[in-house]
Amino acid sequence: MLFSESIRIAITALLANKLRSILTMLGIIIGVGAVIAMVSIGMGVRQQVQTSIASLGSNMLIVSPGSSSSGGVRGAAGSNVKLKLDDSDAIKNKIKNIDYVSPTVSSSYQVVNGNQNWNTTVQGVTPEFLLIRSLTVGSGSFITNADLTSRNRVAVIGKTVASNLFSDMNPVGQNVRINNTPYKIIGVLESKGQSSMGQDQDDIVIVPLTTGQERLMGITYVKSINIQVSDPEKMDQVQSEIETLLRQRHRILSDKDDDFTVRNLTSLMETMTQTTTMITLLLGSVAAISLLVGGIGIMNIMMVSVTERTREIGIRKALGATFQNIMMQFLIESVVIGVIGGIIGIVFGCLAAMAISKFGGFTTVITVAPILLSFGFSVGIGLFFGIYPARKAALLDPIDALRYE
Amino acid sequence: MTIRLSGIKKIYQIGDQTVAALDGIDLHIKKGEFSALMGPSGSGKSTLMNILGCLDRPTVGSYELDGEEVAKLGDDELAVTRNKKIGFVFQNFNLLSRISAWENVALPLVYAGVPKKERMEKAAYFLDAVGLGSRRDHQPNELSGGQRQRVAIARALVNDPRIIMADEPTGNLDTKSSTEIMEIFRKLHAEGKTIILVTHEPEIATYASRQLLVRDGKITRDEGKGVVMDVV
Repeated sequence: MLFSESIRIAITALLANKLRSILTMLGIIIGVGAVIAMVSIGMGVRQQVQTSIASLGSNMLIVSPGSSSSGGVRGAAGSNVKLKLDDSDAIKNKIKNIDYVSPTVSSSYQVVNGNQNWNTTVQGVTPEFLLIRSLTVGSGSFITNADLTSRNRVAVIGKTVASNLFSDMNPVGQNVRINNTPYKIIGVLESKGQSSMGQDQDDIVIVPLTTGQERLMGITYVKSINIQVSDPEKMDQVQSEIETLLRQRHRILSDKDDDFTVRNLTSLMETMTQTTTMITLLLGSVAAISLLVGGIGIMNIMMVSVTERTREIGIRKALGATFQNIMMQFLIESVVIGVIGGIIGIVFGCLAAMAISKFGGFTTVITVAPILLSFGFSVGIGLFFGIYPARKAALLDPIDALRYE
Repeated sequence: MTIRLSGIKKIYQIGDQTVAALDGIDLHIKKGEFSALMGPSGSGKSTLMNILGCLDRPTVGSYELDGEEVAKLGDDELAVTRNKKIGFVFQNFNLLSRISAWENVALPLVYAGVPKKERMEKAAYFLDAVGLGSRRDHQPNELSGGQRQRVAIARALVNDPRIIMADEPTGNLDTKSSTEIMEIFRKLHAEGKTIILVTHEPEIATYASRQLLVRDGKITRDEGKGVVMDVV
């Protein structure tokens, strides 16, 4: 018997019981749809995390001070004061494969404009900060090297600070007071939104590094040095070179620990990606369970269908249908349910994913892999859960089947 | 195409009792014979019919169909034998209710592996032959009993089997339809088909040239043996 013939018979049989076929398919439709929608949410989260980490700057190494230790009393991480601007310059000059080096200091201050005030983080930076953090200045200009050398009292502010202190006014050219000292605003940053950790990246005031160190905070060290490596392959190499250089400069004996930490944003990204992959898998497998339940639904209906059509099976057998013919007929029927359910499920899943991203506020990413996988799975489920009923049908004794009322 | 049964027994185990539905049948039906199997219910004539129709296997004994021993064939081989050599006509027609008369008639050809076009042509030919050419697109429930049985006969004929097994073919029909159906069998016999008819109505049995009476699993009477129509 031809394969196309079997498919035709299966579709005829399914059409004969439209409502039941649709309800059976519904299990598969929901299962496949859920897998696709859930995985697309997971993938969306993952993409969001990746872009926001990338927005911190790609290929980034961050050097921060370690804990201080004086007379056996160890301070908190970051309390060490030995990381200096000189270290940053040394890294810039001595280590290859580096695009930018950006030392920063930061502290929280109240920023005041007239009767408006706002508590925010003030960061002292060098001009490289703009490039390394891929920031753009919306209006006005950014800090220059001249500002740095003359320790000018100028500031660049983020969108959140601008709207809180100046509401609709253009802040460029205005003065704000930070720690009771006036600073002239020379630029406003383009909005960057939230970071992956939920931090508002627009809630920031940027001043020249030297101004921050000497005029504002009264310190001689830096809080962190961000380094952008030119080649992602060289991350580890550059990291160890920086560690060696800083150990030399800080004269750390070989049996002592580092007084600084070098963090690798790429490895942070990897960790985050791993986490989001786990989330995706979790969401996907929860949805896959509903697909499995849908499969049991198919089996259930096929069993009923076999019992109901016992007489038909008897007739077909009397007319010469072999075990294989009957087996194929019922198997194809359940596979057709799987295939059609799978296709409708894919459409529904994609629509659901789009609806979620449009109305639910999640980013969703529809990829081919879960579509193919869940479709293959639904066909497989049709096949697997069809085997038992089909075999039951094919094993029926023709005489008993013909006698069945 | 000859049928030769020797020492056929069919024994059922019911609880700890053994019941012999057929108790030593020896029967020889020649090609072209029109035989009627008669007997009261419980006599074993249906069991005999099932064995003759290759729907069932005897417990012991030998069944030679056209020189081939079929008593020991497997399920699938029996299915192929039924498909090729035997056409069935049942009391309750046994048509598939969801497909047209035309497709019903073509059904044995599906399992014979005949391509669709040829299948539909053959089916149309045999529907014409039983006088239902104009109603071939009707579903069985849109046809009268007599018409349904004619569809079933067309189906039995479509794969050109040598043997037609008819199990109470007029059991559900009125007298007029019964006469029409039996006339078709008479014609088929005249065309050289071997026909085995199961009936409990004596007037229907008179259409057959040979009457066999089955009682308690044995053939107790055998009349008109060997009357074969000349092939027209």
